[in-house]
Amino acid sequence: MRLLNRSAGRLSRHRRGPIAGLMVLVCGLLLTGGLYAAFAPAQADSTQGQEELVKEGRELFLVGCAFCHGQNGEGVLTQGGTQYGPALTDVGEAAVDFQVGTGRMPMAQPGVQAPRKEVTYDKDEIAALAAYVGSLGTGPEIPDTELYSTEGMSDKQLEELVVRGGQIFLANCTACHNFEGSGGAMPRGGFAPKIRGVDSKHIYEAMLTGPQSMDTFSDGNIPPEDKKAVIAYLETLDKAPSYGGLTLGGLGPVSEGIIAWLVGIGSLVGFAVWIAAHTTRSSKQKG
Amino acid sequence: MTVGDMSKVAKTNGTEPATAPKGAKAAGAIANWADERLGLGTAMKKNLRKVFPDHWSFMLGEIALWSFVVLLLTGVFLTLWFDPSMTEVQYNGSYDPLRGVHMSSAMASTLDISFDVRGGLLMRQMHHWAAMIFIASMMIHMLRVYLTGAFRKPRELNWVIGCLLLLLGTIEGFTGYSLPDDLLSGTGVRAADGFMKASPVVGSYMSFFLFGGEFPGDSIIPRFYAMHILLIPGILLGLVAAHMLLLVYHKHTQWAGPGRTEENVVGYPMLPVYAAKAGGFFFIVFGVITLLGGLFSLNPVWKFGPYDPSKVTAGSQPDWYMGWPDGLLRIIPAWETHIWGVTLSWNVMLPILVMPPLMLMILIALPFLEAWITGDKREHHLLQRPRNAPTRTAIMVALMTFYGLSWAAGGNDIIAIKMHLSINQITYFMRAAVFIGPVIAFLITKRWCISLQRHDEGKLLHGYESGVLVRSPEGGYAEKHLPLPEGEAYRLSARDIDPTPETVEEIESSGLAGRQVKLRRLRAKLAAVFFADNVQKPTAEELHDAQHHAEHELHELEAQIAAGPNKHGPADH
Repeated sequence: MRLLNRSAGRLSRHRRGPIAGLMVLVCGLLLTGGLYAAFAPAQADSTQGQEELVKEGRELFLVGCAFCHGQNGEGVLTQGGTQYGPALTDVGEAAVDFQVGTGRMPMAQPGVQAPRKEVTYDKDEIAALAAYVGSLGTGPEIPDTELYSTEGMSDKQLEELVVRGGQIFLANCTACHNFEGSGGAMPRGGFAPKIRGVDSKHIYEAMLTGPQSMDTFSDGNIPPEDKKAVIAYLETLDKAPSYGGLTLGGLGPVSEGIIAWLVGIGSLVGFAVWIAAHTTRSSKQKG
Repeated sequence: MTVGDMSKVAKTNGTEPATAPKGAKAAGAIANWADERLGLGTAMKKNLRKVFPDHWSFMLGEIALWSFVVLLLTGVFLTLWFDPSMTEVQYNGSYDPLRGVHMSSAMASTLDISFDVRGGLLMRQMHHWAAMIFIASMMIHMLRVYLTGAFRKPRELNWVIGCLLLLLGTIEGFTGYSLPDDLLSGTGVRAADGFMKASPVVGSYMSFFLFGGEFPGDSIIPRFYAMHILLIPGILLGLVAAHMLLLVYHKHTQWAGPGRTEENVVGYPMLPVYAAKAGGFFFIVFGVITLLGGLFSLNPVWKFGPYDPSKVTAGSQPDWYMGWPDGLLRIIPAWETHIWGVTLSWNVMLPILVMPPLMLMILIALPFLEAWITGDKREHHLLQRPRNAPTRTAIMVALMTFYGLSWAAGGNDIIAIKMHLSINQITYFMRAAVFIGPVIAFLITKRWCISLQRHDEGKLLHGYESGVLVRSPEGGYAEKHLPLPEGEAYRLSARDIDPTPETVEEIESSGLAGRQVKLRRLRAKLAAVFFADNVQKPTAEELHDAQHHAEHELHELEAQIAAGPNKHGPADH
């Protein structure tokens, strides 16, 4: 103890020395650096991987996206002053994952709205593009699986989630996407697409980023747990048997009316012709 | 339908009694017992042998009748479980995705019928499909009656009853569709509330009166229920009975043909032929509706969920028969007038409060208008082919075109997404099309009918195309025409010659007062338009000459055929 006091005393004699501050700084830096190196070596590798991913994404971006969105994702204006391709500086990775992952981007041609089509890029390329666009600014990240996956829930929990999801779906989604998620019309050629049989991740991302004509349902609007509930409800609709028979496209009374006229009245008039053509036993003789 | 077939119908010609087959004694005894107490024999003697003519188009009204029977049967089944109450309950039935959700008793019991009552969903869907077919078949029946001129004297009042049946059927359909209190039908009721409120001055009073306060209240479902199962079906039944009694009283119309006149009805007797045909058709209608109910989902209320004014779904359309006013509502520009602090919503009043009643009025007035224009006061029991009344046919096709376009406009959102069109462009197109379309349809139909009349005239005067090509000695080719069979020629020529409209001199020399002269002049003008360009049937002399000519041609042809293709040798001249 004494020895320690003595050496501390010896050290403290230099505490106001000219190099003391520098020494402390060096020691601190060494300590943090050493600790960082000891405890987080993987992080350093992934930073480097992330940089490469962003670089790879930029290469892909320059080839496939820059024509409309600009070489740095700043967007391209037409001569008329409207957007040719919007700026992507703050759309976030989730938006890229949704647009490219569902085949909407790259668009085949300019149009009112990008339709869903065959996916052009593979998984790794989409990740690279997302990383690049994500690096341009802020914006939502690609959601983790546990945010939208209903796996591992008990039946009771799931049922409650589905009931809640159904009500949220009817209050927020059906006005455009229809009661069965079959889609609906929007002004000037726009449309709310069919959302049945869509990847749960993409539904989550759509709510998060509000693609095309859609509103953004931020986590403040619909909390993550409620987003999951909507996804659970849609999954239930997919799994549920068609209780009443063929659903006729799930479009409501228009397709029902078409069936009533074509199948119902059509077949009944056909039967009327058949009955009128068969008079008392005449067919037996003629046949 | 030939005479040979007729001999199979009855084994007696009236001079000797028909012998009852042995083994029917018990039935005979029962019939006798009943007859002695109820006097059925006298009442039935005439009616069981009542004759009905045979044609497929005469069975369209039957589809309506039989689907109405299916409606009554399935409807009674549904009343056993349906609870027409707007009391809020928590759903605890078998449909998991709605368990625990608060809804009205009406909605909960509809879900119970769908998922917990055995056969309930089938019955619900059959009831709904039958309603769709009921109204559709009334409409095609009406088209048949109109296009064949079966509405003419003495059947005008039956036409009016038919129009009222169509109106009542539509109201009945709307009230029934609204009963489950689901999101889709609730949206429809809300729309109906808005329509009422759009009527000037009395709108909000009417709405409060119907809903028992502000929408939605808790009285509308019980009130619709009383209308749906009691009031309207009662009136419907009464009118159906009146419609059919008049049919029996007037006797059925028939197509012209040899042996068929304005004085008789040629066909088969009620028993056994029509009892079997109509009875069989009932089972076919029942069967088709059952198949529809079993195979095609209709109004899946469990997906709509309970009605909640804060929710709505894309594709919110009414059932098809309300589709055409909805279409007009969708395409009308946003016209409003603000006057003394009152808003007059023309955009709602015109398509919903004015057009449907106006169309109904036009429909009801059609027979009377036509009778006034043509001045035809005679009874008609022989039908007219649509081509022989070109203007009448064209009027109906124009109305159908207007209806069809408005109807399509009611599905503008579905058309937009399914055909990748802009809903705005569909709307602009329809705004013009509902005016231009009927005019084009009228002109095309009228000219088409007249061409068909010309074709008939050609067949009568020049025979039908035989398909035999004859090469003349000069090397020219010509198709030989052969005279029509007599029956066919009779069928084509059995129609009236259109009357000639009064001339101005005739009207002025009639010595009528000023206003009446004006009316008569208008009538003469309309009649001239009505009959304009019609082809009249050939006169007896023309037909006679044509026959001579045809006979000559026939001989010539036979001689040529006898001579063979290459036997006549080269021409001498």
